Amino acid sequence: MKREIPVAITFIVGTAYLIAYFIPHEPFNYFENWFNDWFAVIAAFAIWLGVLNLIKISTIKIVRKSPDWPYSVLIIVSFIIIVFFGFYEGYRGLYANPHYSFRDPGTSFDWLYVNVYTPLSATMFALLAFFVASASYRAFRARNFEATLLLLAAFLVMLGRVPVGDILTSWLPHQYQLSQWANWIMHVPNTAGQRAIMIGIALGLVSTSLRIILGLERSYLGND
Amino acid sequence: MKKKEVVIVSLLIIFAFVLKYLIPKPVEFSYTVSMIVIILLGLVFVYILIRTLQGQLIGRRVVFLLVGISLSLPFFMKLTLNIPVSPEVRSVYDALQKLPPGSKVLAAFDYDPPSAPELQPMAVAFMKYAFDRGLKVIIMGLWPQGPQQADQAIQSAFKAEPSLKKKIKYGRDYVNLGFQAGNEFVILRMGESFKAMFPSDLYNTPYDSIPLLNNVSNFSNIDFCMDFSAGKPGTAEWVQIAVDRFKLPVAAGNTAVQAPMVYPYLNSHQLVGLLGGMSGGAAFEKLTKKPGKATTYILSQSFAHVVVVIFIIIGNVAYFSRKKEKK
Repeated sequence: MKREIPVAITFIVGTAYLIAYFIPHEPFNYFENWFNDWFAVIAAFAIWLGVLNLIKISTIKIVRKSPDWPYSVLIIVSFIIIVFFGFYEGYRGLYANPHYSFRDPGTSFDWLYVNVYTPLSATMFALLAFFVASASYRAFRARNFEATLLLLAAFLVMLGRVPVGDILTSWLPHQYQLSQWANWIMHVPNTAGQRAIMIGIALGLVSTSLRIILGLERSYLGND
Repeated sequence: MKKKEVVIVSLLIIFAFVLKYLIPKPVEFSYTVSMIVIILLGLVFVYILIRTLQGQLIGRRVVFLLVGISLSLPFFMKLTLNIPVSPEVRSVYDALQKLPPGSKVLAAFDYDPPSAPELQPMAVAFMKYAFDRGLKVIIMGLWPQGPQQADQAIQSAFKAEPSLKKKIKYGRDYVNLGFQAGNEFVILRMGESFKAMFPSDLYNTPYDSIPLLNNVSNFSNIDFCMDFSAGKPGTAEWVQIAVDRFKLPVAAGNTAVQAPMVYPYLNSHQLVGLLGGMSGGAAFEKLTKKPGKATTYILSQSFAHVVVVIFIIIGNVAYFSRKKEKK
């Protein structure tokens, strides 16, 4: 029963969605809405599950003194701090007149969000620029035809997407300036490649979904 | 941490402290000083080229330092660049321009702080323009941090244009419905009923008590949708469900990394237009005649792109010259 019930649920829900897409009328649209509401509830629980899992893994790492365990301490401490201030401000806001949300400007939660979380997250993302520059100097070589094409495209798009590109080619007619080359690359070769990827993914998705709905693919149920 | 690293971090902290508190604001280089700085940077790259040709690759830290300098110095330069406007950015602007005042625009904030440096400036520009034109904005997020980013964008818009703060009222001119878990299923359900997914707004005000939402039950009551997205769920999901199934006109603001992936939707006219990365934001600011952070940051990004291109050229020149020597 541990496997049959999930397979039956998957079959019913999958079939209902499939039919509702092509026949969006009673009673199929009713079932679709009903399942959509259920999905929102399950997704909300999944967030909690993710949080609890993170805490569990981090705690195990600390207890076992696994490599880099101090980072797990940081995760748990940060989690406790942000949750504490979220609940604290939420509680205060509920009884304040007028009411306010825990994330309103001026709250301690918002202060943490703006002054700690935002700059730290943006810094992590910004590191990419430094690594790209280093990699472009040390590894990005026109070793063969494909690499040369990639290099040329990168060259044109990187310069064509910023104002400097047009300044460098200001002596050329407008249609030959770097921004126009960049536009062409994005609209023609890039779109062609992306479409091929999209179609491939879509075909894979359709076949895998059908296998899951029909119960042929059961790996998502685990090994128990 | 090694002693050397402690010294470098300490120096950086001291430098940031001096920059923040001791140097009088605003720090701005004149045109001449800016040109001298650019020439000096150029000479540094010539030196690097010569060293690389001699077979001595420069260290990773030097590359990082040069990128850091090239990114930060333009903030102090008084240079104005002519920002190119791509057809996809113009399409977004034209579509918004065609909306009569009072039109209801759904703004989906599907990103979080890591992508904020790129997406926040365009979100601010969008808010300034929408409020200025009298469009009614309904905000929501498929990412948990999205609605808070929207709040920040609105505060920034009010700060930049104080007249808007007096004119715009929450609940009448804009509303923040908050975040709802469920990814694309949220969009699917909104096609039937907004209220089912958002029974109340971010401040727990019941859906029916919000004047702006009085006649809004699903996508058929929305005139336009602007999606600011940094990944999944995001633009692809909005196109596949809101556009294809419910015929909602959707435009997008994406990070530069994500933008190439949505071009097929542009060419098939499923997507009205696209603001791609910082350059998209700067071009939108140019069209709306409301220069903001994207216009400031684009100079910095231009320098960074040029630096990367120079590094690619230097690396390849050295590679081919060594190859020739070996032959």
